[in-house]
Amino acid sequence: MKPLAARISAGETLLADGALGSLLMERGLAPGAPPETFCLERPEVLADIVRQYNAAGAEVFQANTFGASSLKLARHNLADRAGEIYCRAIEIVREAVGSDGYVWASVGPTGRLLRPYGDTESTEVYSSFLEQARALVSAGPDIIAVETMTDLAEACLAVKAVREASRDIFLVATMTFESRKRGFFTVMGNTVGQCARELLEAGADLVGTNCGNGIEKMVAIAGELRAATDRPLVIRPNAGLPELRAGRTVYPETPDFMAARLPDLLDLGLAIIGGCCGTTPAHTRAFRTALDRHDRA
Amino acid sequence: MQLLEQLAAALREGEDERTAELTRAAVAAGIAPRDILDSGLVAGMNVVGSQFRDGDIFLPEVLLAARAMYAGLAILKPLLVKDNIPSLGRVVIGTVQGDLHDIGKNLVGIMLRGAGFDVIDLGNDVAPERFVDTALKENCGAIGLSALLTTTMPGMKRVVELLQQRNARQQVKVVIGGAPVTPEYCREIGADGYAFDAAAAVDKVRELLSK
Repeated sequence: MKPLAARISAGETLLADGALGSLLMERGLAPGAPPETFCLERPEVLADIVRQYNAAGAEVFQANTFGASSLKLARHNLADRAGEIYCRAIEIVREAVGSDGYVWASVGPTGRLLRPYGDTESTEVYSSFLEQARALVSAGPDIIAVETMTDLAEACLAVKAVREASRDIFLVATMTFESRKRGFFTVMGNTVGQCARELLEAGADLVGTNCGNGIEKMVAIAGELRAATDRPLVIRPNAGLPELRAGRTVYPETPDFMAARLPDLLDLGLAIIGGCCGTTPAHTRAFRTALDRHDRA
Repeated sequence: MQLLEQLAAALREGEDERTAELTRAAVAAGIAPRDILDSGLVAGMNVVGSQFRDGDIFLPEVLLAARAMYAGLAILKPLLVKDNIPSLGRVVIGTVQGDLHDIGKNLVGIMLRGAGFDVIDLGNDVAPERFVDTALKENCGAIGLSALLTTTMPGMKRVVELLQQRNARQQVKVVIGGAPVTPEYCREIGADGYAFDAAAAVDKVRELLSK
């Protein structure tokens, strides 16, 4: 398998998998429970999800490490098992796809608010990220993805921590934006362009956006990212925003709906396209078809 | 009255020390604590709320304003108690079970306190039984429920059902809110009110408790 960075520099767009958390919930993950316990207790469920995405045509697969910072695991008394969770999470994906794919290890937000807005010191968040990054790097993923970040300051701490842990690891950073009257911003008020510039400066190889929006808004956000950087983008839309219908969580955007709008995103120049909350292997399959057609055109 | 306008402005700017200072100055100038609260702190917070809703300001500004509000409230609270200003009622609030988000719920708590309600904040990840037990034991007129995830929203329904089982559905009103929550969901589960944001939550609780 060719190194991922070489394929991206050659202008290829790689297809990443779709949602993990929402599929785990369908398979019995209780609301509020840490998804990382699946690495230790139900690895077969994770492997099964990876195989389904592989069969659907994905080639980049996320390891189940999104919430595995020691700060966040501490809430569930799992902080001392963080290293074990990372290794298992990455092994599970490698075993399931063999040499068919790249593994990306996810680094999500700590769930703390930094001073002066909250009560957490940035040094505390940085050392939590650094510890997580060192353990992740030694578990050997192909990519580390700092993702679903809503505070640019926290995202930059994560990026710098990963860079301190490894100068060479392929590092992407994606933020979650909200649509407001005056355009797209993070919850903390960071603009799309500001995020792109500061994350690259902090040491990310690629930047982009994931979560929080369906595909149409992602096209608009990707346009703003494109104006801020020449590098290919990483975009992972939700299947729309979740609604509760008759007691069930439903994501409104179908595979066909999303795939029909994929060319607009691809035209902007992507390194990685994948799915976030609510997307399924069926979405991945539709993306694969649209991506192959776009590549041929 | 200029003093109260300055106070409202300091709160809007999120300057907690200046807010405390101006609150003390207003007290020293002999302005009634209730007026300092309504025309100073709450007036400022209302502007912050509507600017946030309009997308002119973001979470950091709101969080700093909330902290300034607390600084002012801490000075006024003993005076309001001493003046024997009756509480508008008691409300228990929290984020439902399985949900760890608390920023929106905290803002509702601040706004309710500012409006003159006694607030019991149970925090986040709160079991339905705890909401109902607390409401009954502490004689609360309303329960305020927050959820940021569709997967935790059913916790709201369980609170309503539990109140029914305890024959307390009439005496305790239920107000719900949070990003994925809708007026339709409120009707579906038989809650008493839906609030789009913190200011609306206060209006809704006031309306329901004055009935």
